[in-house]
Amino acid sequence: MVAKEFLNDVITSTIMTRRSFVKWSAIVGGGAAVASNLAELPGQLGVGSVMAQEDENVVWSSCVVNCGSRCPLRLHVKDGVVVRVETDNLGDDEFGNHQIRACVRGRSVRQRMYNPDRLKYPMKRVGPRGSGEFEQITWEEAFDLIADKLKELIDTYGNESIYLNYGTGTLGAVVAKSWPPSATPIARLMNCIGGYLNHYGDYSAAQIESGLPYTFGNTWADTWVTNNSIEDIVNSKLLVYFGNNPGETRMSGGGMIYSLQHYKKVSGAKMIVIDPRYTDTAVTAADEWVPIRPGTDAALINALAYVMITEDLHDQEFLDNYCVGFDKAHMPEGYEDEDSYKDYILGTGADGIAKTPEWASAITGIPAQKIVQLAREIALTKPCFITQGWGPQRQANGEQTSRAIPMLSILTGNIGIHGGGTGARESSFGISMVGFPTLSNPVGTYISVFNWPDAIDHGPEMTATKDGVIGKDKLDVPIKFIWSYAGNALINQHADVNHTREILGDESKCEMIVTVDVHMTPSAKWSDILLPDTMNFEKMDIAVNGDASSMGYHIFCEPAAEPMFETMHVYDMCAELAKRLDVEEEFTEGRTVEDWLRYCIDETRKSNPDWPDFESFREMGIYKVSNPGDPYVAYQGFREDPEANPLATPSGKLEIFSSRLHEIGQTWELEEGDVISGLPIYVETWEGVSDPLRETYPLQMISAHYKQRTHSTYGNVPWMKEVAPQEVWINPIDAEKRGIKNGDRVYVYNGRGRTHIAARVTPRIIPGVVHLSEGAWYEPDEDGVDQAGCVNVLTRYRPSPLAKGDPMHTALVEVEKA
Amino acid sequence: MANKLGFYFNATVCTGCKACQVACKDKSDLPVGVNWRRVAEYTGGEWVTNPDGTCEQNVFAYYTSIACNHCTNPICVEVCPTQAMHQREDGIVMVEESKCIGCRYCEWACPYGAPQFNEEVGVMTKCNFCHDYLDEGKSPACVAACPSRALFFGEIDELRAEHGEIAEIAPLPPADITEPNLVIQPHHNAKSIGSTSGKLINPEEV
Repeated sequence: MVAKEFLNDVITSTIMTRRSFVKWSAIVGGGAAVASNLAELPGQLGVGSVMAQEDENVVWSSCVVNCGSRCPLRLHVKDGVVVRVETDNLGDDEFGNHQIRACVRGRSVRQRMYNPDRLKYPMKRVGPRGSGEFEQITWEEAFDLIADKLKELIDTYGNESIYLNYGTGTLGAVVAKSWPPSATPIARLMNCIGGYLNHYGDYSAAQIESGLPYTFGNTWADTWVTNNSIEDIVNSKLLVYFGNNPGETRMSGGGMIYSLQHYKKVSGAKMIVIDPRYTDTAVTAADEWVPIRPGTDAALINALAYVMITEDLHDQEFLDNYCVGFDKAHMPEGYEDEDSYKDYILGTGADGIAKTPEWASAITGIPAQKIVQLAREIALTKPCFITQGWGPQRQANGEQTSRAIPMLSILTGNIGIHGGGTGARESSFGISMVGFPTLSNPVGTYISVFNWPDAIDHGPEMTATKDGVIGKDKLDVPIKFIWSYAGNALINQHADVNHTREILGDESKCEMIVTVDVHMTPSAKWSDILLPDTMNFEKMDIAVNGDASSMGYHIFCEPAAEPMFETMHVYDMCAELAKRLDVEEEFTEGRTVEDWLRYCIDETRKSNPDWPDFESFREMGIYKVSNPGDPYVAYQGFREDPEANPLATPSGKLEIFSSRLHEIGQTWELEEGDVISGLPIYVETWEGVSDPLRETYPLQMISAHYKQRTHSTYGNVPWMKEVAPQEVWINPIDAEKRGIKNGDRVYVYNGRGRTHIAARVTPRIIPGVVHLSEGAWYEPDEDGVDQAGCVNVLTRYRPSPLAKGDPMHTALVEVEKA
Repeated sequence: MANKLGFYFNATVCTGCKACQVACKDKSDLPVGVNWRRVAEYTGGEWVTNPDGTCEQNVFAYYTSIACNHCTNPICVEVCPTQAMHQREDGIVMVEESKCIGCRYCEWACPYGAPQFNEEVGVMTKCNFCHDYLDEGKSPACVAACPSRALFFGEIDELRAEHGEIAEIAPLPPADITEPNLVIQPHHNAKSIGSTSGKLINPEEV
């Protein structure tokens, strides 16, 4: 096979002499020599040559990763090899029916496809777990080993000992999808043999998913709290963005940033960005940046509320008619003696502290006068669209913050109206397709997405009220078997790598870890059995539920090339295992992958006859549908008639005070310092802005998303490492104190670990805070010092109070020159 | 020469994502270290800490995506000792690889760093305006790639008529050196050339 030969010597090491940019700017030094690892691409012709087009075939595919966008890639194929990548180029590109242009990562996808890290054949571990020592085995041997171990562990411990770890490396297709784990072929296989231990939540948004529904209705992430569609900002006068950075998280042409830029221009609204960093969203869309210390958003909200209430700028009529808990007259029945929100804010409640701008300025770092000005502007500029990304909630007090930010929308009566919003994440128009059926899980027990290491280490000690176990009062057995499908949360994306190493390193605890993936990721190295998956460009599937604000779309993905080496489609792996587990007929129902795609399209067409049939869709490549109606307004029915359209809260109203959360806070066993409260309050946390540990580790650290990668996906692509090198951002004030200059190598460290990385000295981050983007591939040297900037050698494994989610943006560190 | 081609760059919407750069690299199989299109980040501003510990700032940043500007006065062509570097009738400046001896005078002379030496093949390489795509009626790869629609191309007279004549902002060199066929819509933070209020903060990336 052509591609195979290319991969045999795919890496060459070349010394590149960089051009000097001295002519561009006086501050730049002369041309330095740097060593680069070049992944030489198949089909490479003379540099700059014009490629012959005649014998190329072009197929539609998609970059199915976890960025929140879903981008079409048009792959040019020659002699069975993808030689060039283009994106959507249909139509006249008029906004509303515009081209869904892939982001920079998708454009580099050939270096993901033809990457020396590709897993080529099944392997089993031969050294200690985590050593990375494997030997090739046959598929037969791999299937037998896995099937035998599954039978043994299920016989001994039951199905609750089998766990499907979080994995988002293949996200957004129909059959070949790794997330949510319950929707994967592996879940279907496990459901055929008695099920597996479930998890709730995700590493992206666990705290807002669990916290915010207590204000707006429903619980435990079974319903997302939505916001107005981004297209509705044409009706807004003011946009306030808390830690929401689509310019780096959703940066494709199908993503949120282009829509924001477009609609903001139409609207003419002012935009304020509140964030520890001057983000790329702020660069192109913000009229004002208000820097804030991480984890302190709720303190700012408190003071904004204080100004609004004391200056009578709040919407009392809305609060009286649509909410419970604002003041004493509107407390839920049975909770009249608890603090109302107004009591808490004005200092007439239990803590006796007035949440004045001066109080908040000491916490947030924002001058008091700026807070006053902000409060007046938000309260008096209507309608106002308020939104939060998922950075503010990925904190030790994230559930509180997620509920605090929407208080601005509630206090100002911006809920349920055009141009207003809820304070949650923006919505888009979309059309949905029926998914691959995975049957139902006979096991009804759930743990949080984040506390699986505890379930390995001491599962039977985990309880409902201490660890957030759902479906049972406690776990009965520990996790003994892990499926890790297209996931890197096993070691890389989970907090405190060195702690996880200890848990996984004890091979008597979790007895088998099976990884299904395309690359030798850091997590794959911690597996016992490696099963090489085919990549998305090698298989047929449908990239579903893409949305570009006012336009929904789906992409029919054609296989561009034959599967390389001995790779196998994950569905076929599961079918082979099903044979050995005597459930082949239940698993496959006699269907191939293509049969299932036809089935899902046929099922979709039953309720949506407009949906193209399989052949037509295949011919089209991409199916786009524009919103035929007005922009979506969240909770519009409730606003128009709250009696007829009550919220799914106990009171049917917006619950500023949640009696359910109050009760949880009274009954759960919480770690010292953790707070679950009826009101959305500001909680000082461990390793937060006021932790005395700052005497030792003075810098707060956040780990926002980065252009180079989608989480850890694309983290092994040379072009992307060149586009956006892994660096730690540090303010010039903090850098100067430490003798650090832009580009210097530094150590970032705390009591949990140490990483060695380059410094980006930039005023685009608030003093006292550093930023090391999440997702770099963990690369310990012989002393255990990470050499790649993997942030999770520094983060802490301590589940958040309510969601038991990941608080990755809460960490204290020190930085020193290397 | 009328009808010269040029680029229009709208800095107000450029997020610095570099889809333009990578689409270019993908089309022409450029190795790490050779970038026919590059994105500069110009950042500045000061922080002041108040007595109460709060902070104030006037931080700004913006991006500039730049390739070869296929200049009216292509200094690279002027200094080339072998005539490998040449300009077509439509203004596109190209390298005739068979004539190039890799002396790198053009790289030294060009104030934008557009010609780039590829050690693998021992010759200079540069943006060729995707003339093959133009012949097919397509846009250059970088233009077709831009998610924020910050990049366009066209006949320079038309671009200037529609978008003005600005072709120099910090950290670009003065336009009078080579008369670039480039039109820039400046970012609201844009500083004039020679400004010392900010700096090119990602020198290794350009």
